[in-house]
Amino acid sequence: MTAAHQFLEQARRITRDLRHRGLIQTALRKYEVKRDEKKLAFPDWESARQAAAEVKWDAINHLDSYLEEFVARLEARGTRVHWASTAAEARDAILGVVRDRKAKSIIKSKAMTAEEIHLNDALEKEGYEVVESDLGEYIVQLRHEPPYHIVFPAMHLTRDEISDLFHRELGSAQTREPEELTMIARRVLRQKYITADVGITGANFAVAETGMISITENEGNARLTAALPRTMITLLGIEKVIPALEDLALFLPMLATAGAGQTLTGYNTMYSGPRQPGEADGPEEWHVVLLDNRRTELLADPEQRDALHCIRCGACLNVCPIFRNVGGHTYGTAYSGPIGSVITPHLRGLKDWKHLSGASSLCGACTEACPVKIDLHHHLLQNRRNAVVEDAPVLERLAYRLFAVVANHPTLWQFAKELGRTFQPFHRWILRTKLDPAKAWTATRDVPPMAEMSFKEWWRTRQ
Amino acid sequence: MTVTLFIPCFIDALYPRVGISMVQLLEQLGHRVECPDDIACCGQPAFNSGCWPEARAVADPVLTRLRSSEVVVVASGSCGAMLKKFYTDLFAGTGREDEAATLSGKVWEFSDFLVRCLGVTDLGARFPARVTFHDGCHGLRELGIKTSPRRLLERVQGLELIEMTDTETCCGFGGTFSAKYPMISTAMGEVKCAAAQATGADYIVSNDSSCLMHLQGLLTVRKQPVKTIHLAEILASR
Repeated sequence: MTAAHQFLEQARRITRDLRHRGLIQTALRKYEVKRDEKKLAFPDWESARQAAAEVKWDAINHLDSYLEEFVARLEARGTRVHWASTAAEARDAILGVVRDRKAKSIIKSKAMTAEEIHLNDALEKEGYEVVESDLGEYIVQLRHEPPYHIVFPAMHLTRDEISDLFHRELGSAQTREPEELTMIARRVLRQKYITADVGITGANFAVAETGMISITENEGNARLTAALPRTMITLLGIEKVIPALEDLALFLPMLATAGAGQTLTGYNTMYSGPRQPGEADGPEEWHVVLLDNRRTELLADPEQRDALHCIRCGACLNVCPIFRNVGGHTYGTAYSGPIGSVITPHLRGLKDWKHLSGASSLCGACTEACPVKIDLHHHLLQNRRNAVVEDAPVLERLAYRLFAVVANHPTLWQFAKELGRTFQPFHRWILRTKLDPAKAWTATRDVPPMAEMSFKEWWRTRQ
Repeated sequence: MTVTLFIPCFIDALYPRVGISMVQLLEQLGHRVECPDDIACCGQPAFNSGCWPEARAVADPVLTRLRSSEVVVVASGSCGAMLKKFYTDLFAGTGREDEAATLSGKVWEFSDFLVRCLGVTDLGARFPARVTFHDGCHGLRELGIKTSPRRLLERVQGLELIEMTDTETCCGFGGTFSAKYPMISTAMGEVKCAAAQATGADYIVSNDSSCLMHLQGLLTVRKQPVKTIHLAEILASR
């Protein structure tokens, strides 16, 4: 089954699931209230968006020099940097380190880039145990499913479902209390931090000026993942670079507000290198894997380059009525929602993923919500245009050609309306049957009747 | 002034009352109205489907025909956005981009034209009913129209406007999207209808008949009592 078929099948199933719809809409409405409240902490949210977009524009348009600066500073403090052009190269780099350290157990904090390159599958296939330490990620890992949302990986589950899952997988007692559920996971995870040989993290920002990475989180799990094991590996996309340390003063609150309706995320940590001589703690070695995986191709597209501004806050998913109705798993991609629909065709091929750009009403709520002002919904339009140029749908184009001829000739246009009026009464004979050519519409919607006198007929009689 | 009224294809064929109301209102305000007979569509269906050469085949004569117009009023926020915003993209690199930019400067959506161009809010309308207003996305986000329709509704005698929750959320029509992804479009429409019904309104009003066609289609099949009506029809009610 192609990705497009899978999307349609899944969308058909999930849009009928009213329980799912209610759960997601309620959760995201709460998010919207909190987000709007926290936006007030900014002197002016719109100016903050503009400033953030400009910083990102600078970073992305000078990516080569900022990356070099970032890497030079990292290496100066003894960090080993691996450049990975492809997902396979990134997996190999990480597997190489894990093998060299003769690791058995790996603890990992949240990283969508790891989902993008299917890192856990690769590690598990080699026999390593990988445990997700973010609570939501841990929950979906126990369910053997990918994260539902780039920021809220388990938002599709209720407390009862999580309790059942823990009961089944961990043998814990049933409870509906979020605190108790968290404690159950914590007891398991604390042991894992201590025994893990390698900790793998993602990164929210990479600061070129100081050669630091910034990780922002609410549970403290990323800190433990980074600090306790002897070896730390950080995987990040090359677009995560920002020029200066002071840029974080804008981006950290912005990410927290847009992403989760928080003023600031609970734990904000900067990492600048492995344990230095004389220091008491921290990993003995740190490997940073910089992933391209076709990001440079997106960089080469002047129209859609701004999609690399993305800070993965998930704001566009949260407001997207498509996402809110089909849910995160339907997309079948690491990055779902509007940003996923924009970048997946670039990262994984337009031919197989163009349907994501089609599955949008182009309402623009995403573009309005994006804190770094990515022109998301217009990029979906451009993807549609590019898909037609690459692989022309012959019948559809012919139909539009024909329509153009009819629409531009008053006599033909009049004739078409009369034809419609004549045949509309017969439509109800085949309405909603297999023979109904308009079934996609009529299955759930009534068809408005053709007017007995069209506007143009009225206008002509009036003149 | 002479107003060129652009009547989109579906309003011509399905909702002539919307266009007729607009003609009456504009004439009532003392303007001369002309409706070009030789153009029927803005080309948005092909444009949104990615078929830009085919969209240009529809849009080329529109651009030519409207060249001499003083001001162009479009009877739909969505088609208005096509003429005002997307023609510059569609014609980029074709040699007609300047014409598209000139046209953009004189295009108005109907309700915005009344309020922000003519400065009119009271048209002497009377429509005793409770209504809720649905913001069509193209009008709202491409053209920035939010207050104009509401200011017009405020002055309608007997009318009570009750805002629904998530009034800025898309109804799910989305042009060809509604037929290509009917299950998503329907789910979005259901959410919208539920929000409208929760207000207890008799009517869902919009400045876009395409959203209303989708919503009315859902409401009729579900035998729900809420009705849909275009803003211009309310403004022309006495």
